[in-house]
Amino acid sequence: MMTDYRIKGETGEWEVVIGLEVHAQVTSNAKLFSGAATAFGAEPNTQVSLVDAAMPGMLPVPNRECIRQAVRTGMAIEAQINRWSRFDRKNYFYADLPQGYQISQLYHPLVGEGALTIEADDKAGIAADKVIGIERIHVEQDAGKLMHDQHPTMSYVDLNRSGVALMEIVSRPDMRSPAEAGAYLRKLRAILRYVGSCDGNMEEGSMRADVNVSVRKPGDEFGTRTETKNVNSVRFVMQAIEYEARRQVEVLESGGAIVQETRLFNPDSGTTRTMRSKEDAHDYRYFPDPDLLPLELDDAFLEECRASLPELPDAKRARYEGLGISAYNAAVLTAEVESARWFDALLDAGVEAKAAANWVTSELFGALNRMGRDITDSPVSPAQAAELLALIADGTISGSIAKQVFEKMLESGDGAAAIVEREGLKQESDTGAIEAAVDAVLAANADKVAEYRGGKEALFGFFVGQTMKAMAGKGNPKLVNEVLRARLG
Amino acid sequence: MSVDSATVTKIAKLARIAVSDAEVEALVPELNNILGWVEQLGEVDVSGVEPMTAVIPNHLRLRDDVIDADPLTGGGVRDAVLANAPAAQHGFFGVPKVIE
Amino acid sequence: MTSITVSDLTNLTVAQIRDGHRAGDFSAVDVAEAFVAAVDAADALNAFIVKTPEHALAAAKQADADRAAGSLKPLSGVPIGMKDLFATKGVQTTAASHMLEGFVPQYESSVSQRLWDAGAGMLGKLNLDQFAMGSSNETSYFGNVISPWKRKGGDNAALAPGGSSGGSSSAIAARLCPAATGTDTGGSIRQPAAFTGISGIKPTYGRCSRWGIVAFASSLDQAGPMARDVRDCAIMLEAMSGFDPKDATSLDLPVPQWEAGLNADMRGKRVGVPREYRVDGIDADIARVWDEGIRWMKDAGAEIVDISLPHTKYALPTYYIIAPAEASSNLARYDGVRYGLRDLPEGSGLQDMYAATRAAGFGPEVKRRIMIGTYVLSAGFYDAYYTQAQKVRTLIARDFEAAWAHCDVILTPTAPSAAFALGDKSADPLAMYLNDVFAVPASLAGLPAMSVPGGLDRDGLPLGLQIIGKAFDEQGVLNAGLAIEQRSGFAARPDKWW
Repeated sequence: MMTDYRIKGETGEWEVVIGLEVHAQVTSNAKLFSGAATAFGAEPNTQVSLVDAAMPGMLPVPNRECIRQAVRTGMAIEAQINRWSRFDRKNYFYADLPQGYQISQLYHPLVGEGALTIEADDKAGIAADKVIGIERIHVEQDAGKLMHDQHPTMSYVDLNRSGVALMEIVSRPDMRSPAEAGAYLRKLRAILRYVGSCDGNMEEGSMRADVNVSVRKPGDEFGTRTETKNVNSVRFVMQAIEYEARRQVEVLESGGAIVQETRLFNPDSGTTRTMRSKEDAHDYRYFPDPDLLPLELDDAFLEECRASLPELPDAKRARYEGLGISAYNAAVLTAEVESARWFDALLDAGVEAKAAANWVTSELFGALNRMGRDITDSPVSPAQAAELLALIADGTISGSIAKQVFEKMLESGDGAAAIVEREGLKQESDTGAIEAAVDAVLAANADKVAEYRGGKEALFGFFVGQTMKAMAGKGNPKLVNEVLRARLG
Repeated sequence: MSVDSATVTKIAKLARIAVSDAEVEALVPELNNILGWVEQLGEVDVSGVEPMTAVIPNHLRLRDDVIDADPLTGGGVRDAVLANAPAAQHGFFGVPKVIE
Repeated sequence: MTSITVSDLTNLTVAQIRDGHRAGDFSAVDVAEAFVAAVDAADALNAFIVKTPEHALAAAKQADADRAAGSLKPLSGVPIGMKDLFATKGVQTTAASHMLEGFVPQYESSVSQRLWDAGAGMLGKLNLDQFAMGSSNETSYFGNVISPWKRKGGDNAALAPGGSSGGSSSAIAARLCPAATGTDTGGSIRQPAAFTGISGIKPTYGRCSRWGIVAFASSLDQAGPMARDVRDCAIMLEAMSGFDPKDATSLDLPVPQWEAGLNADMRGKRVGVPREYRVDGIDADIARVWDEGIRWMKDAGAEIVDISLPHTKYALPTYYIIAPAEASSNLARYDGVRYGLRDLPEGSGLQDMYAATRAAGFGPEVKRRIMIGTYVLSAGFYDAYYTQAQKVRTLIARDFEAAWAHCDVILTPTAPSAAFALGDKSADPLAMYLNDVFAVPASLAGLPAMSVPGGLDRDGLPLGLQIIGKAFDEQGVLNAGLAIEQRSGFAARPDKWW
């Protein structure tokens, strides 16, 4: 039984309560309410329409794809999809917010209650699978970007991100440790990437989390929470929680009170601090955006969303396990959508699942690791791998020869069969040839044969090795074994 | 509900409109006059009535996910976007330095 | 027409200019030059913020060339005025606010683009109440617009042209342009039309695209034409209307041929007369003209029906919650960052810049409405004010729905009084707001409504009659307006004093 995550204070143990609001950039060509592009890294203000710059008289028209992706995401977490939703304005002033309001969804979000499951992980201290509630997903506009280091007295505003579609995915305060928060984020990211609704690229800011943390004595009511904004990696989220939980415990134990506030994470120091620019008491004056009518979804739209959903990580993992793949390998193969797609393509080519999974997780992943490459630019295609695996399966080559063949495939890009043919690596399954080799080995090692027969059975492996050596590794290991057993009988 | 000068000051701050004390004092009775008048709506029985959402029956149309399909709502128009900026610099809008 | 003088040309209606130009009676350039001269001679009215004679003349030359080439367009040769709430590419667009002084849009509003595509030319940008907030055109940063009308009998008081489309109404009444665009959020086309003895129609919400019109209150704002008669309104409205994919609230419906459909025969039609509009202390002249309107409707063959719109008295307070709420948010974009005024006091930061810019850029009425709107949306008050108002708005719309079971159009006065003198009501916001008491219900319900001249009051000032129609039934409204126009014999016009 794992122990729960606890912070040890002077007055006893504290429990940390965590909720995450994840902002995930919706994968779309154009912005949520304009036709400007969303690509990352463009020159400042080149992907800004008159609408995004909030010129007088400009109006929003929603992008169907952004709505579709949010709905598909909602379906992927088995959430309630609201056929009637609405956009609201969140009013506040900031230089990165051209309209003076963000178009968001407060009162009637597109997606309602859903959930995802994080898996038990002994190393991380997660004792059992745990369901994390998701309160809602709503669609909203991203803000622009401020740059503070380009001019001594000015900040510069780039509106390229202004109006890009975000999904805000709001969890329930169901997490109780940094590890659970990390697992939640990784699982959510995997789901988004499977669905294709967000690329999950945290470095480019496609996924950021606002981290709500509070502490309490186990069994007490929830404490006052703080919100640490815009944390952009799983590691930083976990650091922010650790720091913030400790800070809160110290404040409370020294007789202070937690102020409900917005904080900023410093990745260099791993600490959080009060955000000065947002000190103002908030009053966002939400109200339905009068430029937009209610969003009503029809059956055809919803059916298309559902029909276009791919197999999701949990289902895929279960299917892999059902094919005889180990739980560990199934988890590894399904963690990233690209690996899973690659592996599915390999399965489609007709290979035996378990052997293929072993080969991919050890041989292929090992090679990619060495080369510092991603599965998406693997030098070996699923079809090529299937060819190699088929040569092993039908006994043409042995597992150890396969390693050589694979290395040569990586070097030359040639197919496995061609390499085997060219290099003469075909496995020897001719019983006569094997018997001849075995006989020669036994004859040359009469002393060892006597020892073996005298009871030193461990020498069997020696005879196998010698025989394989004599056959330049090409002897069919199964037949070599059989012949040896028969001869030594 | 009537407003006092503290409320008026707070509202002006929320609305980002600088007001002098004299302006606040003038606004208090003006706003109270207007608010007192609109509050007659409170006497209307609205039980079971939904707030208006669309004044004319109409569906929210959605746009296709196409970049720059219409130049009036597409990007790539930085000159037009910056044309009226009080402080355009190196392709950015300049504002007084912000400390976050 | 053999010899046509300049004043003859400026007396022509849109239809007469179009038809006369088509027939070769005069050139479009002659027409444009006549109106340009009239505009230049009328600075005393302060109807224009910017004059654009080059635009009008270029369109006229094109119209003459198109006539020669046999490719005339619906409004070829017709110069018009453009309310300075419509963004015009390359021409300063201010909403009559200091905030936007010097702002030159890099885009053209959808409605103005349609008018130029139809061959019209622009004489200039017309003055208005600042951000369209006002009923007398006294809130413009660029000064009051003066009505060309004077009370008869020696009183030389400068009169309000109505608002917010006061530049439009004054210019049309003074023959500075045959037609102009207006916008109507809570009566801003109809009330100024009534004050100046002209016609104006606010179509069904969604007929005219709002794209490129400086927003006041999004759920209420509608563009529409103002002109001297019903036919011209129909011609203009046809050119201005139509589906626009850039406006999510635009109606995706074909534009009817309203001019061709004009028909003043009201036989078989029922005209509703709402008893709640006959308020206590109604002005005697207003009541008289209304009664005359009822008689004209009967004379045109209509059946008069007594109807009830029980929530009428709540329309104005409802409007004065919803419109300021939307405005407080719509006007947040005027922050000194991307365009317009920036007031950056020495050593101040971003938030100080916002507050200083908005204090300097907005006029008192705009600030007042932003404050009201901010307050009614703020935490703790939202439901009591805004949600309640939207529920009452539902009831007001239901009142009309119920009335359509009994009538086809509704006839009311446009405004509770004739034009008042400038300064008369500007000190009392509430008294000013009450001017729109008859206009606001149709705005809240999104219904088409128009004002046509009904007669003169005891001081010789014009009074308007309002016709409200069912959603999408602009034709019914125009036809009823035409029936009144044909019977009222309204021919009064202001004596030229400017």
